Amino acid sequence: MSIWEKMFALDRRWVFLVLVVALLVSLKIPFRVSVPISNEARSIHDFVDHLKPGDVIHLAMDYDPAAMAELQPMMLAVLKQCFEKDIKIVMTALHQYGPALAAATIDTAIARHEARTGVRKKSGIDYAYLGYQPYAILIILGMGQNYRIPFPRDYYGVPLDSLPMMAHIQNFRDVKAVLNISSTNATDFWIAYGNGRYGVPLAIGVTGVMTPEYYPYLQTGQIFGILGGLKGAAEYETLVGTPGPAVDGMKGQIVAHAVIILFIIIGNIGYFAVRRGKSARAT
Amino acid sequence: MDWGTTISTTIAALLTLAVFSFLYRDNPFYKIAEHLVVGVSAGYWMLILYHQTLKQKAIEKIFTDHQWWYVVPLVLGIMMLTRLVPKWSWVSRYPLAIVIGIGAGVAIPLEMKAKVIEQLNGTVDIVSQMHDPRSTLVTGINGVIVIAGIMTSLVYFFFSKEHKGATGFLARIGIAVLMVGFGASFGFTVMARVALLIQRLQFLIYDWLHWT
Amino acid sequence: MKRYLPILLVLLSGAFLVFQYFVPHETSEFVYEYALDWAPIIGIFAMTLGLVSLARVSWSRVRKREANWPYALVTLAGLASILVAGLWPGGGGLQAPVVAWEYSYLMLPLSSTMYALLAFFIASATYRAFRVRSVLATLLLLAAVIVMLRFFPLGPLTGPIGGMADWILYVPNLAAKRAILIGVGLGVVATAMKIVLGIERSYLGRD
Repeated sequence: MSIWEKMFALDRRWVFLVLVVALLVSLKIPFRVSVPISNEARSIHDFVDHLKPGDVIHLAMDYDPAAMAELQPMMLAVLKQCFEKDIKIVMTALHQYGPALAAATIDTAIARHEARTGVRKKSGIDYAYLGYQPYAILIILGMGQNYRIPFPRDYYGVPLDSLPMMAHIQNFRDVKAVLNISSTNATDFWIAYGNGRYGVPLAIGVTGVMTPEYYPYLQTGQIFGILGGLKGAAEYETLVGTPGPAVDGMKGQIVAHAVIILFIIIGNIGYFAVRRGKSARAT
Repeated sequence: MDWGTTISTTIAALLTLAVFSFLYRDNPFYKIAEHLVVGVSAGYWMLILYHQTLKQKAIEKIFTDHQWWYVVPLVLGIMMLTRLVPKWSWVSRYPLAIVIGIGAGVAIPLEMKAKVIEQLNGTVDIVSQMHDPRSTLVTGINGVIVIAGIMTSLVYFFFSKEHKGATGFLARIGIAVLMVGFGASFGFTVMARVALLIQRLQFLIYDWLHWT
Repeated sequence: MKRYLPILLVLLSGAFLVFQYFVPHETSEFVYEYALDWAPIIGIFAMTLGLVSLARVSWSRVRKREANWPYALVTLAGLASILVAGLWPGGGGLQAPVVAWEYSYLMLPLSSTMYALLAFFIASATYRAFRVRSVLATLLLLAAVIVMLRFFPLGPLTGPIGGMADWILYVPNLAAKRAILIGVGLGVVATAMKIVLGIERSYLGRD
């Protein structure tokens, strides 16, 4: 058995160990990563930045704790920007395991905004969190008619008609855009049913796995921006001027990617060495 | 940090480690963690369905707002539960048929529009951009690659004709284009999975061990 | 009656919603809004069926003392604890402290770590299986590596690598994903039409 064959026969747990040690080291080494901003992230930031105080944006937070690593920093950065610009927010959570996370996220954003500015954003006045309903397609279509159809009450049980902010909000015509931050096929539904039927401007923030799937929609203009995975989150954190866990996580990303690329290189050198050895033995 | 939070964070950290223990080999700690998350998640979903849908959209509408006609979907929903009794399970077909019909009905025009018509429109736009006198040579070449890529990939998916001769040649180009697309997806998938791992490590190191 | 009425209901409701899209009259809007309002209420009972069968299967494993039955007890304990806390009269419902605690300290760490495991398996897969075996495999690998390198600080190469990654995303990736999208779109529409027209009837079950 050649050295390469021995290496490939190595227990995969050694590979796991290398990865985790590399990541732990990366988290402890103080170095900064510059985050170049992509056009697809900048277009979302600029859109929100050009809104006027009092304008309404719909934040559709369609993810669960399993995807929060990538999407939570995005969501918090967007909320920070909206709160700072006094943009009113309608928020929904169409992932069945997401509603409590969405409530906690908006609470975190409120606490941070209060710590920075001394102003406390209020439910029903500055934002309305409507919560979850099943069958995302029908819920999106319902909101396109009237928010009160799928959501007679908000997440906290208050009738929508009792929320001062909702007095002037009937449906998607009254929001400037929907920003869908999602780890599920709810994004496809927002595109086909929200944008497709009601023409509401739509931008998305999705997990890394999903990101490349949505470039065709960007080219057609069905969406006007994409935040792709942790890098997209790091870009938005940079754009709103508060580098946080996503920017910090990019250190780990670089180290982990270096390890994985190294694995690919070693694997391929070994593959050719083994193949050459075999063909040499055959002749 | 108060004791309650410390204990709770420690429980969360131990559960995190229990899941990671699977990397060494399958073991009872992992199994407990796995079964626990199934139970709690299912229970949470049931709670959400009860509090946000059943209570707000049916029970309160009927009993608080006296909109008695909401009895109709409620009864249809209850009919769905006959699935649990084999003898009566045929009753569940009626409500199921309504929900399936509505789902299929809304999908037909809108899926066609979003995934087919708009995509073809976008492709035609690329052609018109190429005719724009302001377009550069690079835009033109990229446009040709995109259009050729879409057409050849579609040829690959066209299984009604055997992939031989010219069709086979185009289908092979189509596979090459698809491979580059899958490569991009793979690159992004690595980033996504690593991001999840980094977040769990950040939790263990920063939130649990306070090792800053 | 048991078979044909459901097929007729699918046809009527499906055809009405297609019609309504093209002819959004005041009356049809009225019915459309009720359809959107009522269908989720009906549908939650279908979801409940899945949850009930989880409880039934777990309970039967415990009752029959099947292999690994104590784990089924863990599932039932998790299910029961959060349900009791969330349904307790005056307990706060979704905001009940026990529900919030179980969500934050059980569900959240467990589900996010389950997915984090995949990072290890993807690393191991690249080491063992990501090989330059053919032209097509090389294309896949090259595209993946360039996309992975796009956020590396590579000195003078940073710009060109980033440019190449963008090119991959906006040109060949866009072509590949659009072709898939068109295929998926046609597939979804064809299946939906088969359902509405009564050709696809698997939802009816047997007999």
